[in-house]
Amino acid sequence: MWKRDEAVKPTSQPTPAAPVVANAQPSAPVGQQAEPRRIERDLVNIGKSVVIKGELSGSEDLTIEGHVEGKIELKDHLLTIGPNGRIKAQVFAKTVIVLGEVTGNVSASEKVEIRDGGSVDGDIVSPRVAIAEGAHFRGSVDMQKKASTATSASANSSSAKSTPTGTPMPAPAVAQVAQPAAH
Amino acid sequence: MAFSDLFSRRRKDEPDLDTGAAKAPVHSTKVLAKFVAGLSGRPSPVLLDLGTVTGSNVTFFGERLGCKIIVEDLSKDIDRAVNEKTVGQLPAHFAKRFTQEDASVDGVLCWDLFDYLDKNSAVALASQIVRLLKPDGVVLAFFNTHEPKEPVPAIYTKYVVVDQSSLQHRPYPAARGKQRPFQNRDIQRMFEPLRVTEQLLLKSHMREMLLCKGDDPTASGA
Repeated sequence: MWKRDEAVKPTSQPTPAAPVVANAQPSAPVGQQAEPRRIERDLVNIGKSVVIKGELSGSEDLTIEGHVEGKIELKDHLLTIGPNGRIKAQVFAKTVIVLGEVTGNVSASEKVEIRDGGSVDGDIVSPRVAIAEGAHFRGSVDMQKKASTATSASANSSSAKSTPTGTPMPAPAVAQVAQPAAH
Repeated sequence: MAFSDLFSRRRKDEPDLDTGAAKAPVHSTKVLAKFVAGLSGRPSPVLLDLGTVTGSNVTFFGERLGCKIIVEDLSKDIDRAVNEKTVGQLPAHFAKRFTQEDASVDGVLCWDLFDYLDKNSAVALASQIVRLLKPDGVVLAFFNTHEPKEPVPAIYTKYVVVDQSSLQHRPYPAARGKQRPFQNRDIQRMFEPLRVTEQLLLKSHMREMLLCKGDDPTASGA
């Protein structure tokens, strides 16, 4: 019995130890790389030469300088359309800042800003909308809190809903299973 | 580092979205408050703004009054027609410009846009406004009462709501200046069957008008 325990111990200990060690080794560098990685996350962007056709979703702030056609969903995050960004898409985000061109409806649960030189052709649904001098906008603005809640809800529940004014909102058919798709 | 540097840095971090606001003159308005009163009490009123978009107006009508605002900047249409020398086609353009359904709009902000149109274009636009307006809907419009002095300055005015009794007038470049002013009877005719409920002549030779679509089923519009 004593010998068996002793025999078991050496065999059982290394088994869990191996992954721990394996994890420990990268964990030290991860700790050191934590700061650079965080900075990297803050600077995530889609460059000028990138063209995306399809559905773009994520869970971090994003800046788009390229072309996107389809649908963009960053429901709890900031989406910035840079000066070179050209978007033909339905946009759902927490906050949307437009410095480039957007053709399509924009829904934000917090705020939409169209900065000087920015352009939006489409309907905006957001509780707060700021449009700068020099910005172009054609479409409608719905700032009712109920409407924006309904919109974000529709984005989350993947079912088409209507605003209180009766305007049909875009139906995000696969919002919950959204995955980046670049074709 | 001086305190002033800290403040200037903070200002840079938070960009002023309505630059140019400080310089433009502010004028009083009598009709805007009545226009707002005409919209209030309606559930989620739909507002059609035919002028150029301004952040302050969106905030005023959207956030404070709960309007759904449709922006159709017709000054760009006029500029395009002037530049392409297709001003004669503006009446036909206006006839198919608005995709909204009949009687779908509670209020229309025309500002002084009619001053930049010839009579045929103005009639075509007015008939569309009448079509879009709901029963009891209201229209705010400004009309110049004086023949514009030569050379007519090619300037539009952006009317920015400061509050219900004052508007800031911000000039910006136009492709052409104001046209000949409309007579009062011409205005009434082009907007028939709307009725003029308020009309005020300001010292600036601007006539402020509020028109209303009577809740008469026979007055269903063009």
